[in-house]
Amino acid sequence: MNSKQTEKTNDEAPIIIIENMHKWYGDFHVLKDINLTVKKGERIVICGPSGSGKSTLIRCINRLEEHQRGKIIVDGIELTNDLKNIEKIRTEVGMVFQHFNLFPHLTILENLTLGPIWVRKTPKREAEETAMYYLEKVRIAEQAQKFPGQLSGGQQQRVAIARSLCMKPNAMLFDEPTSALDPEMVKEVLDVMISLARDGMTMIVVSHEMGFAKSVAHRVLFMDGGEILEQNNPEDFFNNPQHERTQLFLSQILD
Amino acid sequence: MEKSLPKHTAENLRPPLTNIGIIGWMKANLFNGWFNSALTLLVTYMLWLLVPPLISWAFINSSWLPSGDQCQAGGGACWSVVTANIRFIIFGFYPHELQWRPLVAMIILIALLFYSQNRSHWRKSLFYAWTLGLFVMGVLLRGGVLGFRGVESNLWGGLPLTLLLSVFGLTAAYPVGVLLALGRQSKLPIIKSFSVVYIELIRGVPLISLLFMSSVVFPLFLPEGLVINKILRAQIAIILFTAAYIAEVVRGGLQGVGKGQYEAADSLGLNYFQTMRLIILPQALKIVIPPSVSILISAFKDTSLVVIIALYDLLKTTQTTLSDPKWMGYSAEAYIFVALIYFVCCFAMSNYSRRLERELDTSL
Repeated sequence: MNSKQTEKTNDEAPIIIIENMHKWYGDFHVLKDINLTVKKGERIVICGPSGSGKSTLIRCINRLEEHQRGKIIVDGIELTNDLKNIEKIRTEVGMVFQHFNLFPHLTILENLTLGPIWVRKTPKREAEETAMYYLEKVRIAEQAQKFPGQLSGGQQQRVAIARSLCMKPNAMLFDEPTSALDPEMVKEVLDVMISLARDGMTMIVVSHEMGFAKSVAHRVLFMDGGEILEQNNPEDFFNNPQHERTQLFLSQILD
Repeated sequence: MEKSLPKHTAENLRPPLTNIGIIGWMKANLFNGWFNSALTLLVTYMLWLLVPPLISWAFINSSWLPSGDQCQAGGGACWSVVTANIRFIIFGFYPHELQWRPLVAMIILIALLFYSQNRSHWRKSLFYAWTLGLFVMGVLLRGGVLGFRGVESNLWGGLPLTLLLSVFGLTAAYPVGVLLALGRQSKLPIIKSFSVVYIELIRGVPLISLLFMSSVVFPLFLPEGLVINKILRAQIAIILFTAAYIAEVVRGGLQGVGKGQYEAADSLGLNYFQTMRLIILPQALKIVIPPSVSILISAFKDTSLVVIIALYDLLKTTQTTLSDPKWMGYSAEAYIFVALIYFVCCFAMSNYSRRLERELDTSL
């Protein structure tokens, strides 16, 4: 397991390094000794039963959750209590949420330009051009002047992806991006994510969409009980799972 | 599938006649069930008993001339009490020959409020218009410059005073309340406990006691010779009082904004102030429009409590009029008139709030 990881990180510098990271909620040990290195352009899918800590793990990467022990280094910056560092890292790492979390009082276009204008200090004109470019990319440009409440779930999630992209992040985190969607809308969101993958975006995706994992992931991680139990390339992961709990989990969701 | 549906019949069918039009409406709203039918008949009977005498009292048999001579004879309403004393009721002790000045000031104020209603006018120019308007209103009321004769503020009274206290009281209280609400949610213990103590302390005492403190107790602590204008002190008491209530309402709104909104703002790298200003407050304040307007309306009416520190607001000037032996018996008419003024203001506020809610609704 470890040899595979080092072999993979050879060619390029890692963008996210997590070393011996622990997290507790009160007395409850949610994440136990997490070690994970993600190199630029790598795409990782994390799966596991609910409560296994997979969402918490990626929320630690942009400090929506605080870790208590160990190290997280993103883009060369170590996550500490320093607010400036945290804000810097958050601009470099995009996040897509299960429930989209668009800003309901702003139009789609304003949702997309808010970050660039206020955080990156991009001129409004330029921010709008970038926004329209990404709205085209997620095939939703004609909805730019509408409000989030007027869009379907799938459309909203595509807007949320575009909103993250407008910040020109170096990596994207996806927290169960399709699990709040009606079945017929899952594909349109996955398609956008697949095209994002083709463009070489570094992605960490918490998802149970095994088809997506098979087609775009470099690595699939299986988490249970707050630990990374197994990681492998998708082919070996699905065809030849090593760990007993992985086998059980896969048999439950793939049947 | 489509063939089997008898499409034309479904389209051409109309609802039964008794379900539409006036008959349908009456059936649905006035006579659905025996209990509601009985109620409808009872209410109609009461209205028939009450409305005609009221109309004849208020309009047909009433007297309107300022002299008020026919009031005893007519038997109806004596509106003369209002028409004869209108200038005192509206302007109080403001010098008679200068009363055009507060009148113009009120017109400017109402025009500015009216212009500000439209959200598309909320630009920088509006801010300048208000600044200029406030300056002009100040000059008009106070005088002493530009050749206007000076009028001491203890002569101000009536409607201009009520509007002054409420418009500035409410506009100043709102931002203070928002700051207190944010303070109460703050992670910094000093700010948080200050806000909590302030809010609970102020909400725990009646407005009257605050007004007393501001007019009687507060001056005791001031150095000899320093006098702060009484109206200003009442104004500050009203602001501090209303702000505490606004703060609790706004806090409710802040809790109504989902955690996901904070997380989304965080994940874009927005800082605290940007998050609050751009994401959280716009949503929170929209949620709390109805309760805040309730507070504003009741604060507006509470400005009449300044009588207890001997300020002559609209209600007090009316009472003073009624203490004149000539008009003593006509309090109903005078109070109806004042009630109408209060009602128009409050109704305008609640109407505007409903319009604002509609305009800000982005769900459909």
